[in-house]
Amino acid sequence: MPDQTAPGNFDVAVIGGGMIGPALSLGLLERNLKVCILDEGDDVLRVARGNFGLVWFQGKGFGMPRYVEWTRRSATLYPEFAAELKEHTGVDVGHANPGGLELLLGEEELAHRQRYIGQIYQQGGGKEYEVEFLDRKQVEEMLPGVGLGEDVVGASYSPIDGHVNPLFLLRAMHTRFQQAGGTYLPHHRVSEVRKNGGAYDVVTEKGIVSAAKVVIAAGHGLRELGPPLGLDIPIRPQRGHILVTERTKQILPMPISSFRQTVEGSIMLGVSAEEAGYDDTINTGTVAKIAERAARTIPALRHLNIVRTWAALRVLTPDKCPVYAESETHPGIYAVASHSGVTLAAVNAKVASGWIAGDPAPEQFDAFGVERFDAQKTA
Amino acid sequence: MSAPAYDIAIIGAGPAGMAAAHEAVNVGLKVVIIDEQAAPGGQIYRDVERVAMERRHDLDVLGADYKYGYGLVDGLQASSVTHLAGHTVWQIERNGTVWCSDGKIAKQVDAKRVLLATGAMERPVPVPGWTLPGVMTAGAAQILMKSAGMIPDGPIAICGSGPLLLLIADQLVRAGAKIAVVAETTSFTDYLRAAPHLLRALKGADYLRKGIAMRRRLKTSGVRIVSGISDLRITGSDKAEGVSYRVGGSVKSFAAETVLLHQGVVPNTQATRQLRLEHIWHEQQHYWYPKTGQNGSTEAEAIYIAGDGAGINGARAAEAAGRLTALEIACSLGKISRADFDLKSPPWFSELDHHQSVRPLLDAMFPPPKEILNPPDDATLVCRCEEITAGDVRKAAKLGAPGPNQLKAFLRAGMGPCQGRMCGLTVTEVLAAAHGKSPADIGAYRIRPPLKPLSLAELADMETGDGDVTLASPSSGP
Amino acid sequence: MLRRRHNDGKVVKITIDGEAVDARAGESVAAAVLAHASGATRTTPVSGAPRASYCMMGVCFECLMEIDGEPNRQGCMVRVEEGMSVRRQQGARDMERAS
Ligand SMILES: Cc1cc2nc3c(=O)[nH]c(=O)nc-3n(C[C@H](O)[C@H](O)[C@H](O)COP(=O)(O)OP(=O)(O)OC[C@H]3O[C@@H](n4cnc5c(N)ncnc54)[C@H](O)[C@@H]3O)c2cc1C
Ligand SMILES: Cc1cc2nc3c(=O)[nH]c(=O)nc-3n(C[C@H](O)[C@H](O)[C@H](O)COP(=O)(O)OP(=O)(O)OC[C@H]3O[C@@H](n4cnc5c(N)ncnc54)[C@H](O)[C@@H]3O)c2cc1C
Ligand code: FES
Repeated sequence: MPDQTAPGNFDVAVIGGGMIGPALSLGLLERNLKVCILDEGDDVLRVARGNFGLVWFQGKGFGMPRYVEWTRRSATLYPEFAAELKEHTGVDVGHANPGGLELLLGEEELAHRQRYIGQIYQQGGGKEYEVEFLDRKQVEEMLPGVGLGEDVVGASYSPIDGHVNPLFLLRAMHTRFQQAGGTYLPHHRVSEVRKNGGAYDVVTEKGIVSAAKVVIAAGHGLRELGPPLGLDIPIRPQRGHILVTERTKQILPMPISSFRQTVEGSIMLGVSAEEAGYDDTINTGTVAKIAERAARTIPALRHLNIVRTWAALRVLTPDKCPVYAESETHPGIYAVASHSGVTLAAVNAKVASGWIAGDPAPEQFDAFGVERFDAQKTA
Repeated sequence: MSAPAYDIAIIGAGPAGMAAAHEAVNVGLKVVIIDEQAAPGGQIYRDVERVAMERRHDLDVLGADYKYGYGLVDGLQASSVTHLAGHTVWQIERNGTVWCSDGKIAKQVDAKRVLLATGAMERPVPVPGWTLPGVMTAGAAQILMKSAGMIPDGPIAICGSGPLLLLIADQLVRAGAKIAVVAETTSFTDYLRAAPHLLRALKGADYLRKGIAMRRRLKTSGVRIVSGISDLRITGSDKAEGVSYRVGGSVKSFAAETVLLHQGVVPNTQATRQLRLEHIWHEQQHYWYPKTGQNGSTEAEAIYIAGDGAGINGARAAEAAGRLTALEIACSLGKISRADFDLKSPPWFSELDHHQSVRPLLDAMFPPPKEILNPPDDATLVCRCEEITAGDVRKAAKLGAPGPNQLKAFLRAGMGPCQGRMCGLTVTEVLAAAHGKSPADIGAYRIRPPLKPLSLAELADMETGDGDVTLASPSSGP
Repeated sequence: MLRRRHNDGKVVKITIDGEAVDARAGESVAAAVLAHASGATRTTPVSGAPRASYCMMGVCFECLMEIDGEPNRQGCMVRVEEGMSVRRQQGARDMERAS
């Protein structure tokens, strides 16, 4: 990239080139807006590079029916979204939705899962919720040739669940963004956003970029950027570890929440949850724990070699549900932050982008504002 | 927490590690040395004990500098050092915890200090055809002589540059191999560039004399040596059939069944990267080396580095550095006083100085050629594991990939079993050229454990005693 | 193809793709395979391209082989042992260990 620095005038400046920023930007470009993405350099926290690649529905939205709807909507839009990316960029993002399983080890886990899923169903007020429970035999039929461990008692299953290659998705979105005329500016870490007449000055390490609207899709960067702009959103990092095996012949016909086989043949094993601040180093104990559960679930995995492990930091709100908010003090500045940015990429590109462009907010967004955190704080 | 079982865990039983172990035991430290090879010796003295005891005919072929290592190996075997041979270290923590595996069981080793003596590897040589069967590194051919007494059958082309290139050619000739050509990328201008360093190198005149003698010996035994070649290509479809290159304006080709490539050695930085230590770019030799402080100390209190893993200085310098680092560690643990250190260290400092003195000359004489660093041909494979070409990397650079980590995400380069060892330097160079920046500003792959693959069973069966981790599944999903 | 300069080492009997082969004590599996036949020692899981051992010191992972039923082992880092069964790999491994 040449040092393509300000002055630049854009309709929308999107801060963050991870999973959410590029998705929103694609939709903005479709409306013929002039868009730039301001991003950091190479060796930074970028969850878009460290996630599991699930397009996942079951279990999402506990305590928030609107999030259930929003996730379903994204999953439904995914095939079209992936096909468009492939058509324009030639990059196959490997999207598939063969349904997904959450394997349960022991009666206690099964009971817990039943309660949890049952509650999500009930909070929908009797509306259809596409998750069912399978017993061990039914699971075996769904996973021919996969020997299940003794402890597997059953699974929850949703036909809506699927997966994607998140890295190719990232590349495809970046490729499409530039094809469609967007300006990508890496090494442009934003330090602050200032009001300048009717527009905003976005101050970066390489100069100032001017834009009518600004979207903060900076993942963990929101923690610093948001508060001065009236977007004090209590996100926190939560560390998750992932293990990857060597390539092996295709054996898993569908993602199993904590395992999925990529099109290349490697099997990803996840996932842990640790409160470790902004530390993304590997905890060997956690790696062992993931391996132990994997071996209990599908014993044949024991033979595979682990070639890589990594840890990445989830962007979590207190209720684990997304934030889509416009600043009250700084109209035209938006914050979008969520865990499950991969799952939501399609709906971000197709629907949420319209809201930033000026369309009325989708009905779900009533639930995704920042006010809820004040309520949660006082509750 | 109980006290660590060892004072020092040394990783790597090459000259640096063996010498450090010797010195550390002498001052009364409790030492464990871990190496993935079955026998001590490192790269240079690989299998020297077995050759000395059982295959003396190979000892003559490999020469006096190889034989020298027997003393070090013998000393290690006779000492009270715990030697975990055949154990690969796959994770090192900054506090001194080391995890290794013998291929069946993963083990935790706790030490107050960790000395990384993990050495060097040959610089990958991405030229058209370098992935064909029949193409190896020159060092690989040497390893076959050392560990198996084997030589390639049929004509050999030896291509590249660096002091080891001629050494290995010489050893092969003595072993009776048929050499079709030795083609050096080094040219007359490189020799001119090196001239100013001659004075300092005079202290290391023994190295120069050896080099000149080797070249003469090769010539008198009828080996064709060509200098200043470029545009090296390996021909063949399912296996190597020959090489072609440009020299003095014309293209030459030779038939060969075996092609040996070499462009010098570079520090193996997997372990130091995994520890997230700061690394510095060597402008002349185009490699990364970890930043070290006084006598091998690093920014992490428990971690020390000695030998070629800290920067290429050769085996004898590695040995001296190993001893000095061991003494420094003893000092930091209060086992000896600074005054003791000052008493014991002078001979090793002068050894180190003597053996380092030739380095600036060698570095100037053998610069890695541009076309190896940044392969001009878009079709040349850069990442052997994931089969990513130089052209793919350039395309991703255009897309805005600012560095190796984003590139890895875009292309999967560096995600195969070798974990970026074969493509890391090249990816940095190609990106640097594409962005018009210095490799120093582009950076390198992040390296994460395991340093080498290990089975899920080994991980699953580990006792880690870490209780406060929860798995996100199955209550809430990933 | 490689040849041994001397054949006086202790013989170790192994099989390579089912064929009985005399290796010598101390040799790596990768060396024994290269002395047995020239050409590819595996094909890649990505494109099926032919490859053979490149570095002999454990850094390139081109020597991946099935040794005693266990796929993807580094042949250059394992010494031959009496009765060992070695197979050259084609593409990606199976999940189950071959027995
Ligand atoms: C272990 C793990 C597994 C996961 N698995 C899944 C899954 O299976 N499915 C799923 O849907 N989601 C998953 N996620 C979540 C998903 O990856 C994230 O929700 C998503 O990446 C968030 O996108 P983002 O754009 O907000 O953040 P990021 O992807 O982190 O991108 C933020 C970007 O902003 C840039 N930035 C930050 N600050 C600044 C600044 N000041 N100026 C300029 N740029 C800045 C960063 O460099 C980065 O490029 C997982 C997350 C983790 C940690
Ligand atoms: C193939 C090759 C051949 C060479 N031949 C010669 C020669 O003939 N003459 C010469 O002067 N120089 C030679 N060199 C240069 C030579 O490497 C050094 O100068 C010298 O060996 C450096 O010594 P060292 O102790 O720093 O490291 P090394 O001798 O390289 O020893 C490092 C040791 O660490 C071990 N190790 C590395 N990582 C791990 C891990 N994760 N777990 C466990 N163990 C690990 C390795 O197995 C190795 O035994 C050669 C280099 C290479 C790569
Ligand atoms: S030949 Fe390179 S790892 Fe074995």
